Amino acid sequence: MGNWQVLLGATISLLLILTAILAPWLAPLDPAKQDLLATLRPPRTAGHLLGTDELGRDVLSRLIWGARASLLVGLLTACVSICVGVPLGLVAGYFGGRVDTLLARTVDAVLGVPSILLALGLAAIFGPSLLIIVISLGLVWWASYARIVRAEALALKSMAFVEAGKSIGCSELRILFRYLLPNVVPIVLALSASTVAAGILVEASLSFLGIGTQPPTPSWGAMLSTGRNYIHSAGYLSTLPGVAIVLAILSLNLLADGLRDIADPKLRR
Amino acid sequence: MRFVVRRLLGAVPSLLVVSLFIFMLQHLAPGDPTILVTGPVVSDEVYERTRKQLGLDEPLPVQYWTFLSNAVTGNLGTSLLSKRPTLDLIVERLPRTLAVSLGAMALSYAIGVTAGIIAAIRRGTVWDVLVMGGATLGMAIPGFWLGLMLIMFFAVRLGWFPASGASSPKHFVLPILALGIGEAASIARVIRSSMLESMSGDFIRTARAKGLREYVVIVRHALRNALLPVTSILGLQIGFLLTGAVIVETVFGFPGLGRLLIESILNKDFPVVQGVLLVIGLMIVIGNFIADVIYRVVDPRITLS
Repeated sequence: MGNWQVLLGATISLLLILTAILAPWLAPLDPAKQDLLATLRPPRTAGHLLGTDELGRDVLSRLIWGARASLLVGLLTACVSICVGVPLGLVAGYFGGRVDTLLARTVDAVLGVPSILLALGLAAIFGPSLLIIVISLGLVWWASYARIVRAEALALKSMAFVEAGKSIGCSELRILFRYLLPNVVPIVLALSASTVAAGILVEASLSFLGIGTQPPTPSWGAMLSTGRNYIHSAGYLSTLPGVAIVLAILSLNLLADGLRDIADPKLRR
Repeated sequence: MRFVVRRLLGAVPSLLVVSLFIFMLQHLAPGDPTILVTGPVVSDEVYERTRKQLGLDEPLPVQYWTFLSNAVTGNLGTSLLSKRPTLDLIVERLPRTLAVSLGAMALSYAIGVTAGIIAAIRRGTVWDVLVMGGATLGMAIPGFWLGLMLIMFFAVRLGWFPASGASSPKHFVLPILALGIGEAASIARVIRSSMLESMSGDFIRTARAKGLREYVVIVRHALRNALLPVTSILGLQIGFLLTGAVIVETVFGFPGLGRLLIESILNKDFPVVQGVLLVIGLMIVIGNFIADVIYRVVDPRITLS
């Protein structure tokens, strides 16, 4: 079960990442180039495979470039959360005691904060930007990494190979990073796939609200927000970016589910 | 009862943290909060007077205390834009947002629990594949895009429901669908796996051995136990639904709390932003409290440590 999910999810996700990286070469036209004589052309118009938007910009090119904003937020958020959450989780799980109690309390409190509301609050004062989204998501999501890594570290620390490491005189630091860390990588990878998916969703939502990516930078969420104004006359403007979002989130979720099954066979049902 | 009181006291720190964050928003903002009220061109005299009126000349802890005690008595400041009390604006819109959120919650449980049970008792069949496939897809569809698609189909093409506004019960149908379907997907997944677990319990074999009808075995014996994990995610769901409502309301031009929040953010109407965030935070804390109490009532084995 896990394998085909991982394969399908990984293939689509990889294609998505390649699309984002290769956007300048893949996109048939400049995504910002307006053509006011050819606005709202439906898909399969000559020269515009997926039509044009209200300013005559090529929809396909904007979709391709839009992958950048989405993935940038998703990947950066995952990086920030991992860099903060994983070391904290390792330390808390391995050493236990007061540090552990304190971390557990903090994690519980932080995970109760709705990250979108935090992003809205911060965007209200600092103005909308991708960085604000990444910061507000990172502020909340490190906690899920800390929680899951802590549990793993707790289980790992009494295992024979860790005892062996200690008995040959390894430093605590070496135990943490050379013995424990490699063993939490699979579960962290699984979680990071869902973090990227969730990041893409939040970027799209906030850009849709006008509080994320700012024009003229192409973003799937922002494209949907203008599409809404033309929902009577040009439905494709509301449909296509949504399909891109669903495809991206779906593939990453499949990847995450599959990886989780592989990383944690106990959960397999 | 002691549990309820203790849990209630436990909610106080989270409320304080939420309120502190919301209070600090104003001070974290680049620029002078007084200027936001007076506008950039202002005489020194007016500036000083406004600053005093707003209490901005006091030390921060004093300001926070004033903010807090005002909030407790329902004084959430005045909108910079409409000059109306923030509380009035909120009270006007809150019932609509609550109706949509609760409606979506009811819908998501109705669909999610039914679909989850079907997938579990028909495990490995076409039904299971359909439900799980649908749930996986449902979790990947953003509520606001689903909303757009619903408008396109049911409002523009078929004309069954209005595309925006909130003046009749009909206006609530599409927002509830847009918000509820994604939640239904995650509930279906949880119910399926917990049903599979509870169906393999000894007590199910006993129930069947007693000769109970299959319906009774599933609903009265298996489902009761399978509902527990769902109760535990109830608290989280309240947060999801409320933040979801914020976004979905924009799609439908639905005059609720979420729309108010977004408009205030875009207009830099800070008192309203703070007020709405405070109310949503309060609702989430209350929701979590209710969820915990329900969890405790449903499962007597749980004790609050």
